[in-house]
Amino acid sequence: MASISFEHVSKTYPDGTRVIDGLDLEVGDGELLVLVGPSGCGKSTVLRMLAGLEDLSGGEIRIDGRVVNDLLPQRRNLSMVFQNYALYPHLTVRGNLEFPLKMKGLSRTEIDRRVRETAAMLDLDALLDRRPKALSGGQRQRVAMGRAIAREADAFLMDEPLSNLDARLRVQIRTEIAALQARLGVTTIYVTHDQVEAMTLGQRVAVMRGGRLQQVAPPWEIYQRPSNSFVAGFIGTPGMNLVRAPLDSSNGGLCVRLGDVRLTLTAQALADQPGLADRTGEDVLIGIRPEDICLAEAGATSALTATVRTAESLGHETLLHLDSPLTTVAADAPRRVPHGEPPALIAALRGHHPSRPGDAVRLQLDPADLYFFALDGEAIR
Amino acid sequence: MKASRLGRLGSYLALTGLALLFLAPLAMMLAGSLKPNERVLVEAGTLAAFLPVGASLDNYAAVFERTDFLRFLFNSVFITGTIVAAGLIVNALAAYAFARLQWRGRDLLFNLVLALMILPFEAIAVPLFYGASILGLRDTYIVQILPFIANAFSIYLFYSFFIGLPRELEEAASLDGASTLRIFFAVIVPNSKPAFASVAILSFLTWWGSYLWPLLVTIVPEVRPLPVAIASFYTLPPLQWGDILAFGTLMVMPVLAVFLMFQRWFVRGVASSAIKG
Repeated sequence: MASISFEHVSKTYPDGTRVIDGLDLEVGDGELLVLVGPSGCGKSTVLRMLAGLEDLSGGEIRIDGRVVNDLLPQRRNLSMVFQNYALYPHLTVRGNLEFPLKMKGLSRTEIDRRVRETAAMLDLDALLDRRPKALSGGQRQRVAMGRAIAREADAFLMDEPLSNLDARLRVQIRTEIAALQARLGVTTIYVTHDQVEAMTLGQRVAVMRGGRLQQVAPPWEIYQRPSNSFVAGFIGTPGMNLVRAPLDSSNGGLCVRLGDVRLTLTAQALADQPGLADRTGEDVLIGIRPEDICLAEAGATSALTATVRTAESLGHETLLHLDSPLTTVAADAPRRVPHGEPPALIAALRGHHPSRPGDAVRLQLDPADLYFFALDGEAIR
Repeated sequence: MKASRLGRLGSYLALTGLALLFLAPLAMMLAGSLKPNERVLVEAGTLAAFLPVGASLDNYAAVFERTDFLRFLFNSVFITGTIVAAGLIVNALAAYAFARLQWRGRDLLFNLVLALMILPFEAIAVPLFYGASILGLRDTYIVQILPFIANAFSIYLFYSFFIGLPRELEEAASLDGASTLRIFFAVIVPNSKPAFASVAILSFLTWWGSYLWPLLVTIVPEVRPLPVAIASFYTLPPLQWGDILAFGTLMVMPVLAVFLMFQRWFVRGVASSAIKG
């Protein structure tokens, strides 16, 4: 097992495109860190640089304290599971598992022992003599995992390994990967664009955007204390609503005006985010998680009225896309005035809600559930 | 339904006609090689030319009696086999270097190699002949083999196949601890059988029928291949057409054998664009 660190790592392509910009990241021995971000954010490039498949333009990568910038991939003792699995098509499952062991020059007895153990661990015994083309997607994924495990490498690198599987299998294999990693205790860096995978798998989650690290924290902290509006919008399904609104003083405290509704901030919110007091009288971005919005009870005096744009019933919840008097902005570009229709305010209501486009709904918000960001998107602390 | 059946019948008829057109000379050669000499010319141009009436192996026996056929056959097999075998290794390695490795001047050199494809051999035959003479290589096997091992068209065929292989296979192998050469032999070669079969067949056909260069650089029959030998056989009196056709039939046999051996991969190679474009 090994610890991994990235120090001021950058990557610029010959045409001048900078894909990684000053990355600083530590991955602890035995930790499972998930790198997550939208397509093109540079997360796979980070993994490939660590594997030695891409050169660095600047900075240093260390494995167990040793700089590996100029080390060939063969000499890094890392295992990688690729998005398309990269199984050798001309070899059987056994041949695929044996390949890295033969490259290591292990004895026949040792190779047989490791193949046997890995096959038993991943339930591959019955498939050992099959070629990859005779396997299902899930089986191929397990063989790819097996090839990584059999090597007993210092760390596992996984590049979107579940993205080719159907939704049901993805959930199953995700759980298997988490259990395996916990059992083997191998340092693992897992790259995905799926924030559900990130939240469920990662001991820590690193969110990337445009080649820059946005936040590194345990999943719950990422969800509860996003460092900026991008992270807030990216983590969570559906993403957080962002609304531009003024912060006013109110009876010695602070309140926000959301349309006709005035919400007075709790003492706890003010204590947790002392920076709010400095922004009295200014516009800020208010973050509202869709799941924190609920329908106002009949007779409630302070409720936000909105009109249903579309309604999506998912069975266990109903997503209402709403037109409201609030100034909604996009999470990835909070300063930009949206062209045409502003982003809808999204409410995730538990259970089935028989709303139809054009229906008016009255919504209730709890001030304790609000998130606050400056207009540049940085969280107000 | 009826129209489609008629259409299919029409296309089968057309395909059969085409197949007969291509097979006719071969069938005539085979039939002629089995007939008495005097009937070959008499029946040429008639349907009887395709019928081996009074078949015997006398003409074949005459080929072996009148010429050192086995020697010529060995020369052709040795020269062509060496060119093909060495060419598969050299051209595949060169193509891999062009397709996958990063090195200074790669693109420029690859374009030069591509440009070589349009250069007809006849254009460089004379300077090559002078070079061989200066080096004292005339009347040797080596002069018939060495200039043809590296081949621009073979490199291009391999290149277009390698470039389509998933790069992750090589990346996985390098992380698994394989060196570049090991990756080539353990991963690339086994997954490129169609390309190897295509190149093997095409270069075998090219060099098996090679005539101009061996004629230029050889005088002694001991190192001459079959195409030069059959040309000499024409001029060897008495002129016996049955013997010549038997010689031709014997010459075609190895080509058919090679094609049948690699045909399965060759077809796949063509289908998977190994020789597309």
